[in-house]
Amino acid sequence: MTQTEQRQPISFAFLAQIILILNSFIMLYPVVVMVFSAFKTTGEIFEHPFALPDFTQVQNFARVLGETSMPTYFVNSIIVTGASIILILALGTMAGYAVARYESRTNTFVLLFFLAGLMLPLKLAVIPLFILLRDLNLLDSRWALIVTYTAIGLPSAVFIMAGFLRSLPAELEDAARIDGASEPRIMWSVMLPLARPPMAIAAIQNAVPIWNDFFFPLVFIQSDSAKTLPQGLTSFMGEYTTDWGMLFAGLTIAAAPITLLYIALSRQFIQGMTAGAVK
Amino acid sequence: MANVSIRNIRKSFGSVAIIKGVDVDIDDGEFVILVGPSGCGKSTLLRMIAGLEDITDGEIRIGPRVVNDVPPKDRDIAMVFQNYALYPHMTVADNMAFSLKLKGTPQAEKTKRVQDAAASLGLLPLLDRYPRQLSGGQRQRVAMGRAIVRDPQVFLFDEPLSNLDAKLRVQMRAEIKELHQRLKTTTVYVTHDQIEAMTMADKIVVMHDGIVEQIGAPLELYDRPANRFVAGFIGSPAMNFLDGVLTDGGLRLPSGAVLSLDGQPALPAGSKATYGVRPEHLQIVPAGTPGAIPAEVAVVEPTGSDTTVIAKAEGGNLTIVVRDRVALRPGEAVALQPVARQVHLFDERGQRVAGL
Repeated sequence: MTQTEQRQPISFAFLAQIILILNSFIMLYPVVVMVFSAFKTTGEIFEHPFALPDFTQVQNFARVLGETSMPTYFVNSIIVTGASIILILALGTMAGYAVARYESRTNTFVLLFFLAGLMLPLKLAVIPLFILLRDLNLLDSRWALIVTYTAIGLPSAVFIMAGFLRSLPAELEDAARIDGASEPRIMWSVMLPLARPPMAIAAIQNAVPIWNDFFFPLVFIQSDSAKTLPQGLTSFMGEYTTDWGMLFAGLTIAAAPITLLYIALSRQFIQGMTAGAVK
Repeated sequence: MANVSIRNIRKSFGSVAIIKGVDVDIDDGEFVILVGPSGCGKSTLLRMIAGLEDITDGEIRIGPRVVNDVPPKDRDIAMVFQNYALYPHMTVADNMAFSLKLKGTPQAEKTKRVQDAAASLGLLPLLDRYPRQLSGGQRQRVAMGRAIVRDPQVFLFDEPLSNLDAKLRVQMRAEIKELHQRLKTTTVYVTHDQIEAMTMADKIVVMHDGIVEQIGAPLELYDRPANRFVAGFIGSPAMNFLDGVLTDGGLRLPSGAVLSLDGQPALPAGSKATYGVRPEHLQIVPAGTPGAIPAEVAVVEPTGSDTTVIAKAEGGNLTIVVRDRVALRPGEAVALQPVARQVHLFDERGQRVAGL
């Protein structure tokens, strides 16, 4: 009797573990194959696709970094993603703060306006966007991508930040106000340190698609000097032959920063910063 | 330290009037408690003193200065909130030093003031901890420490004890009172708990529905409530009320029984009136005693130090508190004899009738 009662939850947990382990295999498998292949020649990849490579064979990486424009693409990707995320977080947090913490008749309208942006796929508006950027003289520059990504990312950032900031107790603001803090100071010293988890969420959920985006660079960028990684990597795919080893080395380099960012920020996801603020 | 003067203060949210003209004078160094049921406007009034709510009409002075349009940080006040409102990402020391940091106080003085305040509240071992690592009582103390560090003219407390358990509440009550006796800073304290009000205050302001019902020393409110609301609000268990009509020298209940009055009420015979008697001023006497109210025991609640008896009588239940051990059973017929000297009388509008 007792045994069956105990066995059931254990077997459930066991099953859950099995599913999660299987899932991580499915998720990690392509990543592992990508990293392994980066250390092999094209011949080796087709001969022994799953074999452990010789990790001292770094000539693929050397060639990617030395003989191609990969370093330029990499720097461009960092600049475009970094600038977009900084703009999204700065503007999104300020807008979200205003919407969440100050009472105003226009608040609902402003929030709905941003929410409407969430429902509009900007890719549908690519032709007017192209014309707009052409008229602004931004085409074929990194700015074309930065302003586009910022516009795409802002609605969700405002939504996430407003939702979180609204949940912070008003007494914290009152206490800071009595302690002598100005309004910008309240935002900067009291509210924003508490808003790190949603900022991390907004950062990651925008950074990953921006880093990976292929569509807008394809439309807006022609010169090699402004290309980002996803677009640049396509030049490794030859019309007749492809150096798969180099391509995988490029992909590994391209995937590394965003993976590291994810690992670094995932702690913020879990951390409950408000614990202890109020009872 | 300073006195606080509140003159004809009004507050409306849109067309809804929350505070409808309140006058309160708080002397320098006085401990004043605003008490009343939820929604009576006491917290709003406190927040107006703090500068966290706009004043619709009227005037608030702290010391000689009208502060209506002075921002909170320039009012020289400190406030302790119900949920403490400690900054979760700062240590105890940083929480306490935050206001000094904003003022640009030199490091040495800042450290000294935080140390002094922490020492007086027994917080020294906790200075490096974060609020989430503290118990409820410790958080409460940090919130008080944050207020003390500023050395303000006025302390404001907004229901500071209502998140604590009963035992801790009694302990913190004594600590706050002791703190006030030591610092002698003018204090305005909001609570809905009339026991807190009775035990801590120099002066109680009873509020109800946006107006002040009565202002006075705790025992003054208890012994001479100005109206039926105060009489019912102050005291636990609450005062018993019996409605009737005044006769010569007594009050006739609808059943015809006449309760005697000690004195000559300033109200003509034949007027409707309410007879109020506190639970400890009702004596249980054998059934059938002349001049006593016939009743039937409903519930007996022994607490150890005294016993609360709830009895059914005409016009509703009556509560009696007796110090002696009583052998009463539910359903038993008794009679209740009010102590005539201790009876209160209220007119039809609920105002106290003089002459008793």
